[in-house]
Amino acid sequence: MIEARGITKRFGDFVALHDVSVEVPTGSLTALLGPSGSGKSTLLRVIAGLERPDAGTVLLDGDDVTARPPQKRGVGFVFQHYAAFKHMTVRDNIAFGLEVRRRPRAEINKRVDELLELVQLKGLAKRYPAQLSGGQRQRMGLARALAVDPKVLLLDEPFGALDARVRKELRAWLRRLHDETHTTTVIVTHDQEEAMEVADRVVVMNAGHIEQAAPPRELYDAPANEFVMSFVGPVNRLGDAFIRPHDVELSLEPNGATQEAMVERLVHLGFEVRVELVRDDGEELSVQLTREQAEALELVNGQIVYVRPTRQTIFTP
Amino acid sequence: MGRYALRIGALGYLAVLLLAPVGLVFYRAFEHGFWPAWHGVTSPDAVHALKLTLVVAAIAVPGNMIFGILCALAIVRYRVRGFGLVNALVDLPLALSPVVAGLSLLLLYGRGGWLGGHGVLFATPGIALATIFVSLPFVVREVVPVLREIGTEQEQAASTLGASGLQTFLRITWPSIRWAVAYGVVLTMARAVGEYGAVRVVSGRIVGQTETMTLYVGDRYQDFQAQAAYAGSVLLALIAILTLLLMNRLRPKDETR
Repeated sequence: MIEARGITKRFGDFVALHDVSVEVPTGSLTALLGPSGSGKSTLLRVIAGLERPDAGTVLLDGDDVTARPPQKRGVGFVFQHYAAFKHMTVRDNIAFGLEVRRRPRAEINKRVDELLELVQLKGLAKRYPAQLSGGQRQRMGLARALAVDPKVLLLDEPFGALDARVRKELRAWLRRLHDETHTTTVIVTHDQEEAMEVADRVVVMNAGHIEQAAPPRELYDAPANEFVMSFVGPVNRLGDAFIRPHDVELSLEPNGATQEAMVERLVHLGFEVRVELVRDDGEELSVQLTREQAEALELVNGQIVYVRPTRQTIFTP
Repeated sequence: MGRYALRIGALGYLAVLLLAPVGLVFYRAFEHGFWPAWHGVTSPDAVHALKLTLVVAAIAVPGNMIFGILCALAIVRYRVRGFGLVNALVDLPLALSPVVAGLSLLLLYGRGGWLGGHGVLFATPGIALATIFVSLPFVVREVVPVLREIGTEQEQAASTLGASGLQTFLRITWPSIRWAVAYGVVLTMARAVGEYGAVRVVSGRIVGQTETMTLYVGDRYQDFQAQAAYAGSVLLALIAILTLLLMNRLRPKDETR
């Protein structure tokens, strides 16, 4: 269990974290989600001991580690830009943590072989990081962090530098890995889809504080405020009401509750069709339909349709 | 046409200002055959001067290497308070005339100086201090940009993996900066062996005692022993050429990997 209590961290005049408290239950996979500058990476680095907080305490399994340097915290850390040891082979990179602990040679070799298998880099053990793709480098980074059996695994935007396809693969792979090992894991990301897909719990951060911490579904269905509502998924704003694009009904005929709107643009994204509309009062509205729905309506640009929100959220300040 | 003009211009410039004078020194040294030149550099005074030069270099080079590495780490990594100023001051020996450096040591350690009367001046320690002073910036200047370029992430990764500060330095930082250090050391060496101005002020130029190789060359020439001066020059030039070859061997290596 990771507990951060009342963490404040300033960089000069900039307050990166303002009195932040968060708990990560043992065995969970928690995402810290937020835009850049929200303090999510700083919080992760404070947990790892790579930054020292100006105020607050960090507890790992009940031990106060706030004053402890990173090498004595028993954390595994994975960096966005891999932080590969450039002058070492893949094998030596992975073995590093065990070697500085002076473990017996045979034990190191056995453990490294297991990890090479786990991250599917078996044939590349003798390569140098410069000879690997980004995805391979990051898997090496993960194996390196896991080699020392860390109490917690901390990942700082681990897939941020990878292309979309590799990112998706590694995301699924990370989830499977976690389901097997149950290492308490915290992943920092600015990608809401990644957070929702991979994590059991998502902590949404903004401007140095926590907006909401909840399981992905709850976050989406019952966002605590405007920020969370608009950060965890696309949203339309009509007056005080927030409406998800899939919570709008489109019809070709008016009926009492509908409003008139004109189709401005149609975007076909495979199974999903996004319809950009302008209502008669000038408000813009984005609607998400399935392909069947869109085909049934035979929508074209410039067409007049009638819209009705089926579900909307209003936050009372 | 322009290209040829540029080439000939550059080569001509080098030939007139560099090759001709150095070549002439070689010619003069061996004008009367090999043996006079050989005697010029094997006389007891010459041997002593060479020894002193090497001793001084052996003090100044490791000293500045260790200082240079620590100083570069302090400037780039630890953001120690006040090290911004150090970063600026490190270049002072490059900007300051060596004569001024020598004079300032004279004032400090000379009669009536703050640290006067400890046998520093007109002896090996004074010469070593002057040499350290003028060859100070090279290792720092080579290592700082490399440290900046490699960044801190590898070191942070090592620390999260349980490596102590020393382990991180030896296993992660050192392999990245060693060629920069080596290059800096070669430059330091070249400067330490070749220094004249600062050393001249503090040495007292006692023949066979406080004369380094450069002073030996200068003094022999003034004493109308041109043959010995030429021979000494050739020796210094050979050391310089050796240094250049070393630098060329080191330079490309720090770009691979």
